[in-house]
Amino acid sequence: MPLLSLITYAPLVGVLGILALRFGGRADDPKSAETARWIALVTTLATFVLSVLLVAQYDSSNPGFQFVEETAWFMGLSYRMGVDGISILFVLLTAFLMPLCIAASWRSIDKRVHEYLIAFLVLETLVIGVFCALDLVLFYIFFEFGLVPMFLIIGIWGGARRVYAAFKFFLYTLLGSVLMLAAILFMIGVSGTSSIPALMQYAFTPEAQTWLWLAFFASFAVKMPMWPVHTWLPDAHVEAPTAGSVILAGILLKMGGYGFLRFSLPMFPQASDLFTPLVLTLSVIAVIYTSLIAFRQTDVKKLIAYSSVAHMGLVTMGIFAGNAEGEQGAIFQMLSHGVISGALFLCVGVIYDRMHTREIAFYGGLVKRMPFYAGVFMLFTMGNVGLPGTSGFVGEVLAMVGVYEVSTWAAILAASGVILSAVYMLTLYRRVVFGEMTNPKLSAIEDLDWREIAIFAPLVIATLYMGVQPNSVFNVTQASVDQLVQVYRAAIGG
Amino acid sequence: MTFTDNLALALPEIVLALGSLGLLVVGAFAPKQTRLVGGGAVLVLLAAAVASATQPFGEAFGGGLISDAAASFAKVAIYLASAVAIPLGLPWFERRGVRVFEFPVLVLLAALGMGMMASSGDLISLYVGVELSSLSLYVLAAMHRDNPKASEAGLKYFVLGALSSGMLLYGASLVYGFSGSTLYSEIAAAAGSGADTGLLFGLVFLICGLAFKVSAAPFHMWTPDVYEGAPTPVVAFFAAAPKLAAMVLFARVLADGFAGAADQWQQVLVVLALISVAVGAFGGLVQKNLKRLWAYSSIANVGYAVLGLSSGTSDGVQAMLMFMILYMIDVTGFFACLAALSRDGRPMETIDDMAGLIKERPGLALAMTVFALSALGLPPFSGFWAKVFVFKAAIDAGLWVAAVIGLVGSVVAAFYYLRLIKVMWFDGSPGATDKPPAEARAIAAVTAIFAFPVVLVALVWLTPLAQRAALSLGLA
Repeated sequence: MPLLSLITYAPLVGVLGILALRFGGRADDPKSAETARWIALVTTLATFVLSVLLVAQYDSSNPGFQFVEETAWFMGLSYRMGVDGISILFVLLTAFLMPLCIAASWRSIDKRVHEYLIAFLVLETLVIGVFCALDLVLFYIFFEFGLVPMFLIIGIWGGARRVYAAFKFFLYTLLGSVLMLAAILFMIGVSGTSSIPALMQYAFTPEAQTWLWLAFFASFAVKMPMWPVHTWLPDAHVEAPTAGSVILAGILLKMGGYGFLRFSLPMFPQASDLFTPLVLTLSVIAVIYTSLIAFRQTDVKKLIAYSSVAHMGLVTMGIFAGNAEGEQGAIFQMLSHGVISGALFLCVGVIYDRMHTREIAFYGGLVKRMPFYAGVFMLFTMGNVGLPGTSGFVGEVLAMVGVYEVSTWAAILAASGVILSAVYMLTLYRRVVFGEMTNPKLSAIEDLDWREIAIFAPLVIATLYMGVQPNSVFNVTQASVDQLVQVYRAAIGG
Repeated sequence: MTFTDNLALALPEIVLALGSLGLLVVGAFAPKQTRLVGGGAVLVLLAAAVASATQPFGEAFGGGLISDAAASFAKVAIYLASAVAIPLGLPWFERRGVRVFEFPVLVLLAALGMGMMASSGDLISLYVGVELSSLSLYVLAAMHRDNPKASEAGLKYFVLGALSSGMLLYGASLVYGFSGSTLYSEIAAAAGSGADTGLLFGLVFLICGLAFKVSAAPFHMWTPDVYEGAPTPVVAFFAAAPKLAAMVLFARVLADGFAGAADQWQQVLVVLALISVAVGAFGGLVQKNLKRLWAYSSIANVGYAVLGLSSGTSDGVQAMLMFMILYMIDVTGFFACLAALSRDGRPMETIDDMAGLIKERPGLALAMTVFALSALGLPPFSGFWAKVFVFKAAIDAGLWVAAVIGLVGSVVAAFYYLRLIKVMWFDGSPGATDKPPAEARAIAAVTAIFAFPVVLVALVWLTPLAQRAALSLGLA
């Protein structure tokens, strides 16, 4: 049974159902919208169950690609899918966050519900496709078309400056991607194949590697996003609806890191080695600079958006450290950040749904009225800071250990970023949750309801479980990461 | 070769010529029977398409008319695209009170000329083909007689078209003078492995004339005005098939006549391509009228097609053919959408007219979104595959700087396609639209479904056909 294709296209079944509802009845019928929400929730839950089955059947001792499907297409292209230890957990993460996003927008999205749900389901298919595709062109299709649903999500259901943010998001990412397309076509022309596993074995000349690396870097650095091409992210985050921010921070950013791991390191090892100082420098700047910027924000969402850029800086450092600790740490950090930043955006969503503002100064003293909320927010704040016991700690420490082996200075500077993250996150928490409740508008604010608790519960469990049982992740990624590092080391002669 | 052998090779042209003359007689005696003439014209075009799909290969009339895989590939596409124009256009004119049986007849004559362009073997048949199709198109542009803008469009098209024909003729006479023959095969022999100055001069004039016909910059000035003024279904017609015919002719002249001078014309074409992409991308940014916008889009797209051709390889010709086929389907579909839309009897032609269309007409808005994304070159739509073919050919031929510039141009152009999507999806609707006519909706739906997902399957069998067609031309 082609399990991967099943998982990838399962959300489209829900799309068909919702389309039938949309064109079968009146578009603004609340009953039909409610049914559509249930269809979307059930579909995403089914996808999640399937991806749990996938992980359960995964043979973690085999470093190669598993569940491979291959059908020849035209011009030497193939429909080729497969997962290894690097990609499989991202599939799981995507399938895990999607039902939560649907549930989180249950009440807050009340116009054009059908289109909204369709956009999310299509996005899920595309993101899972990105992580499963083993053909360059197939990968590019999934990677690139993901822009459209996100463009619509930001542009239709976003905040006041949503059009500006949507255009910026689209054009920025498109510019990065077309350079990657040129590189992809060049690679197919030179090597005669578009199969990702085959290209991992193919040795490009050092000169070609340099150009190809830069082209792929243009795309992934924007996606990640790395300083100085991160400026689209705060805008996109601030304007996107809550669930859109969750997907953006939780999954879409990870496509950049995944791209580095899947393409840059194994296919262009010499160029990766050559550019490691550049990446480390940009990452260090990202960690420190964006942390400082985050500290100065007055908008909760923008603060968390900048904090994402800082955390992703640590991920790129780990990836380009080129050793097992760095890679493992980077992957773990991406998964953990997917859960934690998603949860933080949901935390913002909770108070935004009630008060319709994200100004930090508006809030204060929430703990008195919302004790549960204060507890949940506290956990994820600590996770974002990297407190031991939460998942945030493991990835950060490992990545830094990896970087330390390559560049002591970079590791030390990055560690200062961790301190800065504690500064801005704890300040945020203090200003929103503690202190006197001076704003009279807050006096009637309500604590989490059962739906919100149901959304946060899995996120809390995931954060703590990954924090105390990191081996559950490492066992899956180990074999593939070891092989990646071994091949990379051999190629650069180190 | 006997005379009947010649006729067998020219069967599609004969079918079209006799068909158009016959229908003209029918129309002259029964001018009210426009539907009859229209139906007959569609049948004639389908018959011609079948004839060119099954025709034997060879050279007729002393090499003046070539029947090969490239000609047959292009002609089938041209005839089918022309056949679509008739059901789209006739009811459109009828609704505006213009009952014109000449419309289908002119489409037939234009198709005949375009078919001759695709299979021309010497400069004489080239010119006859170009003029026959162009003259029909001038009249078609002005077909909506009571509309001053349409008349203006027709006149502009005619005057500038005549200028370009002059350049074409001047180039042809220079080439004839320096090579001693009008046959491509003998020109190729004279050009050898590199054209001398005189021949090159002639070639450049030929290229300029042809660039005008495909509306490549800097010979594009007529395009926005003509697109804006001409009746929408007519634009749907002449944005598609004539472009393909002219591109195939372009490829044939260069490949059959000047294959040895590839290094020399390659530079000219690269420059043409990049200027077109830039003009199309930047010129479109300030347009408010969708027909003008799509005119600039077509300039950029022709730039991509020329870029494919400029790689000077058989792969490049194949890429150009695939690009044009996929582009034709997209552009026909887009103008079918425009032809279908009106509000209070007024055609909706500006970007702002499309505000909130997704609520008013979800089907048509979805189709237009598909065409906009496809023109943007976003996967998995057909426009993406078209660009993949072209850029792959260019990169394989070492033109990777040009390819990167072209790709960056597509990001600039992305802005105006996105703006159309933004207006349709994000903005509120100013009011209800009229009920769209069935035939335009059907054409829009079929072409949109082709753009995705059918294209993913269609490519599997279209690619080998285009490859066979490209190999039949004289480039390695």
